[in-house]
Amino acid sequence: MIAANLPALQVVLPLFGAVLCAFLQRGILAWGVALIVSLAMPFIAAGLLIQVLDSGTISYALGGWKPPIGIEYRVDVVNAFILLLVSLIGAIIMPYAKASVEKEIPADRQAWFYAIYLLCLCGLLGMAITGDAFNIFVFMEVSSLAAYALIAMGRDRRALLAAYQYLIMGTIGATFYVIGVGLLYSMTGTLNLADMASRLGGIENSRAVLAAMAFLTVGISLKLALFPLHVWLPNAYAYAPSVATVFLAATATKVAVYLLLRYFFTVLGTVFAHKSLPIAEIVLILSLAAMFGASIVAIFQDDVKRMLAYSSVGQIGYITLGIAITNLAGLTGGIVHLFNHALIKGSLFMAIGAVFYQIGSVKLDDVAGLGKRMPITMGAFAIAGLSIIGAPGTVGFISKWYLVLGAFEKGWWWLAFLIVASSLISVVYIGRIIEVVWFRPVSAAAKRAKEPPLSMLVPTLLLVAATIYFGFDTTATAGIAGLAAELLLAGIR
Amino acid sequence: MKLDVIFRVAAKIFIPFMLVFALYVQFHGDFGPGGGFQAGVVAAAMVIFYAIIFGLDAAQRIFPQRLVELMVPAGVAIFAGVGVVSLFLGSEYLDYSRLLHDPVHGQHIGILLVEIGVLVTVAGTMVAIFYSFIGRGR
Repeated sequence: MIAANLPALQVVLPLFGAVLCAFLQRGILAWGVALIVSLAMPFIAAGLLIQVLDSGTISYALGGWKPPIGIEYRVDVVNAFILLLVSLIGAIIMPYAKASVEKEIPADRQAWFYAIYLLCLCGLLGMAITGDAFNIFVFMEVSSLAAYALIAMGRDRRALLAAYQYLIMGTIGATFYVIGVGLLYSMTGTLNLADMASRLGGIENSRAVLAAMAFLTVGISLKLALFPLHVWLPNAYAYAPSVATVFLAATATKVAVYLLLRYFFTVLGTVFAHKSLPIAEIVLILSLAAMFGASIVAIFQDDVKRMLAYSSVGQIGYITLGIAITNLAGLTGGIVHLFNHALIKGSLFMAIGAVFYQIGSVKLDDVAGLGKRMPITMGAFAIAGLSIIGAPGTVGFISKWYLVLGAFEKGWWWLAFLIVASSLISVVYIGRIIEVVWFRPVSAAAKRAKEPPLSMLVPTLLLVAATIYFGFDTTATAGIAGLAAELLLAGIR
Repeated sequence: MKLDVIFRVAAKIFIPFMLVFALYVQFHGDFGPGGGFQAGVVAAAMVIFYAIIFGLDAAQRIFPQRLVELMVPAGVAIFAGVGVVSLFLGSEYLDYSRLLHDPVHGQHIGILLVEIGVLVTVAGTMVAIFYSFIGRGR
């Protein structure tokens, strides 16, 4: 029974956990529930991935209504990989969350915080697992509404404004998404993604389909913070509670990227391949603009969380660059960077969350000299920082290696040059933090800082260790990403 | 509003009918327009109406904050719980066919239970939003 119903459990368990958290009303009990649920998630996701690798795509008919009439949960290599990523990050954050949430969230709201967190997890996993265009929208709203609430719980009053800004932008994105789906529905008469893809043959050049493609691209790009549509992201990440920042930075944008992949290659593969819209070129230009523009803006931030948030916008550029390159190596690079960036940004934000836990600030002036007070945390930060630059032996190198490989295969040597050049910008902003932290005299705020409790330190170190481990052993990450890229590219042939 | 006799008497006449109408919309949802969401809104409107006429304190005596906060997750629990029951009965999540001896009746009772869950959550959420707006600055 369990094996057959894994797809449903993947989404239902966090939902039930959220309900239980809301019933319990006590922060510590809610944390216990959230911990159990979060730790169970990776096992379910791994089970799904193994099933997919063994016996191909899983199709689960929700409510017993067979697809394409009913809602179908459809798991293939691509979304099994995303599910595993999101659940792994969720599992690593939960032990970390206890101390951080106790410090940052008022006691009477902690249970609600965990309830909303689990709802957000449920929404993200649902978006990744479902094979129904409208069901994606429902889960998109579940996860987004939860994310707005998570961000608004930040202690800083600006958190409220940041959440509001995200709410407006996110709602526009979701609206565009629904308009796109509506147009596709009017042309194909189905909401099932696989069915939709098969019915688009022959009408891929009609106005309605092209308009749908445009609406979907803009809507999803708002969610994933592709360069000119990223303005909600820096404030949202900077003022959200640390745990929410770690979680959203590592997962929310990644699931949106997955949607983009799904639509470009699986559903609208014929449109994408037909090149009646210059989508790949537009994505290429915007990715490059993100890699350079956002990274340069990151250099001039004096708040470490904001700096990392801008760096996220830049890193998303690398992921979408993989889409723009559109060959096996390039797309593998994009997908593997999706995973790798989640690890890297997760560990960077976790380390910074630990700093906030200790000194209550993440201003660059206040973290000065912290290397002497919190050497382990800041050491972890430095290693993850090297990874984001793309130093060999870390995961960041693997992603860039594949992207450069893809660029060369395509004969775009200039792109390879630009990828390396943009890495140099990340040297500057990461270098700026490392210089301040390790080589400046200890600031007044950092005087009494010491290492965070083990419950925060161990998850951070685990994630940092993962950024090293997957930098050497790439069979799991790049291997599965390669399979996923192969599957996606089959859709545009 | 102690002096507004007309309001208070009118409210006392209206409120039972609002509840009946909410339940009508709820249980008639299978056969015509209606369902849990609309019924929940009507039921919440009843509480809000009561609070406007008789004051927040009176409303919170019969419909306490704590109850409202429990209703929000309780409805979701009913909805998701029906799905889990069908998992245990050996069918897919939210497949109600095996809830009763006969699939048609099973589907009927299943959607009815789910709609009750919707009613509880929607009514709870509406009242919770109203309470938090009206309770600002108190």
